[in-house]
Amino acid sequence: MVDILAVNLLTKTFGRLRAVDSLTFEVREGEILGVMGPNGAGKTTLFNLLTGVYKPDEGDIQYQGKDISHESPAKRCRRGIGRTYQIPRPFDKLTVFENLLVGAVHGGGLSEKRARGKVQDILNLIGLMSKTDHFAGSLPLLDRKTLELGRALATQPTLILLDEIAGGLTEKEATKVLGIVRKISEQGITIVWIEHLLMMMAEGADRLLAISEGRWLQCGDPKEVMNSTEVLDGYLGAEEE
Amino acid sequence: MEDFAQPIVNGILLGGLYAIIAIGMSTMFGIVKLVNLAHGDLMILGSFLSLSLGTWMGIGPLWTLLLVVPIMYFVGFFVQGFLLNRVLGKEMEPPLLVAFGVSIILQNLLLMIYTPDARSLMTDLAVKTIPITSYLNIPVIYLLDALIGVAVITILYLLFQRTYLGRAIRAASDDEVAARLMGVNTRNIYAKAMGIAMMSAGVAGVLVGMTFTFYPHTGPQYLIIAFGVVVIGGLGSMKGTLAGGLILALSQLLGAQIFGPGYQLFCGYVVLLIVLAVRPQGIFGTV
Repeated sequence: MVDILAVNLLTKTFGRLRAVDSLTFEVREGEILGVMGPNGAGKTTLFNLLTGVYKPDEGDIQYQGKDISHESPAKRCRRGIGRTYQIPRPFDKLTVFENLLVGAVHGGGLSEKRARGKVQDILNLIGLMSKTDHFAGSLPLLDRKTLELGRALATQPTLILLDEIAGGLTEKEATKVLGIVRKISEQGITIVWIEHLLMMMAEGADRLLAISEGRWLQCGDPKEVMNSTEVLDGYLGAEEE
Repeated sequence: MEDFAQPIVNGILLGGLYAIIAIGMSTMFGIVKLVNLAHGDLMILGSFLSLSLGTWMGIGPLWTLLLVVPIMYFVGFFVQGFLLNRVLGKEMEPPLLVAFGVSIILQNLLLMIYTPDARSLMTDLAVKTIPITSYLNIPVIYLLDALIGVAVITILYLLFQRTYLGRAIRAASDDEVAARLMGVNTRNIYAKAMGIAMMSAGVAGVLVGMTFTFYPHTGPQYLIIAFGVVVIGGLGSMKGTLAGGLILALSQLLGAQIFGPGYQLFCGYVVLLIVLAVRPQGIFGTV
């Protein structure tokens, strides 16, 4: 498998805090890479760096062999990087259909006709066909989470970054979301997935990257990473404190 | 009743003009959360553009709209894209100061080119009336102002609700960061939105020029009217802008009828204060 994303010595500081510290890893095309770490480990900062919301202080990000470290979020999206938020951020005043349409037209670069067709497919996949005309602001949490997934998909991504997509959901709801994530993966889309629910990581991820205090701890087979001494010390130890 | 029929009709029609004066400012606040202090001057720029084009080409003010509206789009695109976008997201003050600077530059530029003399856009419509009864006439120019005002607001509403540009504008105003992550070039969208807002200001400028006299420094006077309308109706709301225009114009004209012409502006501001006290977010406002 070739690398779709390569992160080299990426660093981001906020004042004296090194939120991401010389982080280096790569993401292989078509895989699901889980990212784990205790609260404050720098996971969401990492996503903000990958999507261009933050500019790195040092290091670079190579996407499909091209340095995208200083490109705008919109340009990275049009290159094929989609993203969901831990706390869903749909456009509340737009309907479900319009939310997806914005992504398909602007991020996916589709024409009006093709965008509408694509949105119908995504609505089927995420199970929101019956709520097409509902305003996003009126949806319950599970629907907002699946709409987040749908919006990321609408931008025609080759890589999706999922930020705790199952966070705050019941076990049954989380299983439904996991099913959608698997279907997305089956379409050949590469996924980088932050999740606190380690069982989902064990079940869903092909490889697992563990970070702590912004630094690389381990990367490899999920079960091996979860049981490694470094991770148990740096992650599970921190959780117990 | 006979005494009040004329001011009520005039008030309703003038409300349409007030609404189109304010709609651009209200729209930009709704989208970028920007209070455009140069709105009145940009609108008056539309009046002067119409004056120059009409004189140069020998055409009536309404025909000049065909050129004024697209020119105002590019003026708005430039002001937002090259000036205001640079200071967005850096607290509230910098965009206010930039808009204030644009206002001062425009006023002085117009003063330099056109001198401080009173101007108006000559049209036969300004003196025509439609007699209804012995005590009620409908001034044609007011009727035209109201009809065009309502038409422009309706077109803007449809543009924002039904088009891809409109959806992108609404998405960017809802959550700028999320919109950028969905591939929306928000800064370009803001510039286009300002261009559209200035198209409406251009139409308002031509209508104002046909209805009243104007000077290079008249802009702030209309900025205050626009503020009054959006405060009463609610910033960012199109329905509110229409309602605000009606309420402000009616209260001014009815106040003038009851207390005398000297109380026209006073009565408008009293209603404004009452709305602020009872419903600070405006009648249709949410913020």
